[in-house]
Amino acid sequence: MNEMQQLDTLWFVIFGVAKVLGVFTVVMLGVAYMTLAERRVSAFIQDRHGPNRVGPFGLLQPIADGIKNFIKEETMPGTAARFYFILGPTLAIMPAVVTFAVIPVASPLPTPVGTVDMIVADVPIGILYILALSSLAVYGIVLSGWASNNKYAFLGGLRASAQMISYEVALGLSVIAVLLLAGNVTLTEMVWQQQQLGLWFALPLSLAFIFFVISAFAETNRLPFDMPEAESELISGYHTEYSAMKFSMFFIAEYAHMLTASALMATLFLGGWDIPIWKGDNMFWHEGALIQGFDASGAAIPATPTVLKTLLTLAAFTVKTSFFVLLYIWVRWTLPRFRYDQVMHLGWKVMLPMSLGYVVIVAATMLVLDQVGVPFGLTYGLALTGVSAICTVAFLFFIDRDRIISGAHRRKSGRRTAGRTLASGERA
Amino acid sequence: MAISVKVMKRPEAGRTSYMRATLKGMSLTFKHMVNPRTVTLQYPEEQPDLSPRWRGTHRMEVHADGRPKCVACGLCPTVCPANCIRLVGGEDDQGNRYPIVYEIDEFRCIFCGMCQEVCPVEAIHVGRHFENAEYTRDRFVYDLDRLMEQEHPTTLLWDPSDSRSE
Repeated sequence: MNEMQQLDTLWFVIFGVAKVLGVFTVVMLGVAYMTLAERRVSAFIQDRHGPNRVGPFGLLQPIADGIKNFIKEETMPGTAARFYFILGPTLAIMPAVVTFAVIPVASPLPTPVGTVDMIVADVPIGILYILALSSLAVYGIVLSGWASNNKYAFLGGLRASAQMISYEVALGLSVIAVLLLAGNVTLTEMVWQQQQLGLWFALPLSLAFIFFVISAFAETNRLPFDMPEAESELISGYHTEYSAMKFSMFFIAEYAHMLTASALMATLFLGGWDIPIWKGDNMFWHEGALIQGFDASGAAIPATPTVLKTLLTLAAFTVKTSFFVLLYIWVRWTLPRFRYDQVMHLGWKVMLPMSLGYVVIVAATMLVLDQVGVPFGLTYGLALTGVSAICTVAFLFFIDRDRIISGAHRRKSGRRTAGRTLASGERA
Repeated sequence: MAISVKVMKRPEAGRTSYMRATLKGMSLTFKHMVNPRTVTLQYPEEQPDLSPRWRGTHRMEVHADGRPKCVACGLCPTVCPANCIRLVGGEDDQGNRYPIVYEIDEFRCIFCGMCQEVCPVEAIHVGRHFENAEYTRDRFVYDLDRLMEQEHPTTLLWDPSDSRSE
């Protein structure tokens, strides 16, 4: 029973520091190797080899890149606002790294002095903390865009802020659907609720999942939403004037953001560290004790945390996160960049109303299910899955066939452009 | 000539599908991602397959006793369009002509291969070889000893009856 104990203060601090260091190291290493993965995968997609010279399979390439970035010359534009110019990259990298703190990475680990939660900080505000901090990252981009005193950098900063505002709304609304179903904002509880439901939220909330993925792409400024960078239009947008390690900081920030977003998507929609089907890994702190679930009479079944379970769940979490990282890379090297008006159109006229409508539908369905008296479990989840599947199909049908994202030629055709004043023919 | 604008034929509004096009593109890139059809030559490990008529840096053929085959006839410096061959001929006791100085400036050389074509005794050749890196510029003036040391295969002359060298 000793192993089930919660930690006392001293050990809590010791393990806390260890977890901070561990997660930070892993995130930084992950970022380094994501750059390699991006280059290798993009190479494979384009029938190339990618960097494969430094170390076996190019595995030491990120280290070589790091050294190169450290010893490169730092340039400071003469007309830049010096303080904000330096503050920019700092502000960009900070939120990307700290948001990982509230994501649970594995099931609790038993130690001789008590059970250690595999999460840096299980704060009660969970997802709100992530939303608050991740949108702070845009300040770094806007600030560096403005401080560079360069019109391209400035345009990049402007675009970043507009895009962040547009998609933050849809992101928040798709999270609301998750909050409705999970009934709590902490990510540990979300994982627990997915285990209890027997279904990952990606199924009962499929449309929210799609919206979240799209918004997450926009939030991390990844193609097809890399408006702020847009090499072909804005040189390289907000980091045009940056060099050496300051440039590298933006790069690390982007990838750290991707990693956090991937981990978040895995936690919110793919059950976090949960291993599918197997019930043995279900674990949650309930009234001071780790429980596995409730039996038919409502009594708690105690859980038995083991080191093996922690490792297995950690592996599950890693696999899920890597899946999303790979998805990011895969999409980037497939889709072309949106036009700016398409980004705004998709954000405000499609994502916002549809995610709002979807929240209403989910809430209504849950209300009906609660009123009918369906217990929170597989049946509940499947009913919601059915409703969401209908919504998803309707959404895909609506977005398909040139209805949402139209080519420039459609503006001229005038058939569906009655409300727009862009068609030059109308003015003449 | 009047300037004209080429108007691309676009599918009619409502007849294009961006969702399906996206999924199609994703599946295509996925196929390449799992099975990349790379054609890149991993150069230092894998050597390129040079054409039999590849014209690279020169080599001088030698007799079995180690003398150069060159008879210092002076045809190659005459025919050389880049004027990169310096030849000073000499004559030994038996009246055999031999090169005292034979230098090729590989920087000036345009690798036309005319020296090889014109040589009556098949002494000077251009070679199937391209790895010529040196640390200093003066190393690129190949003297007679250097030309005789070269070991790479020589270039096949163009044969009018077999114009593609097959």
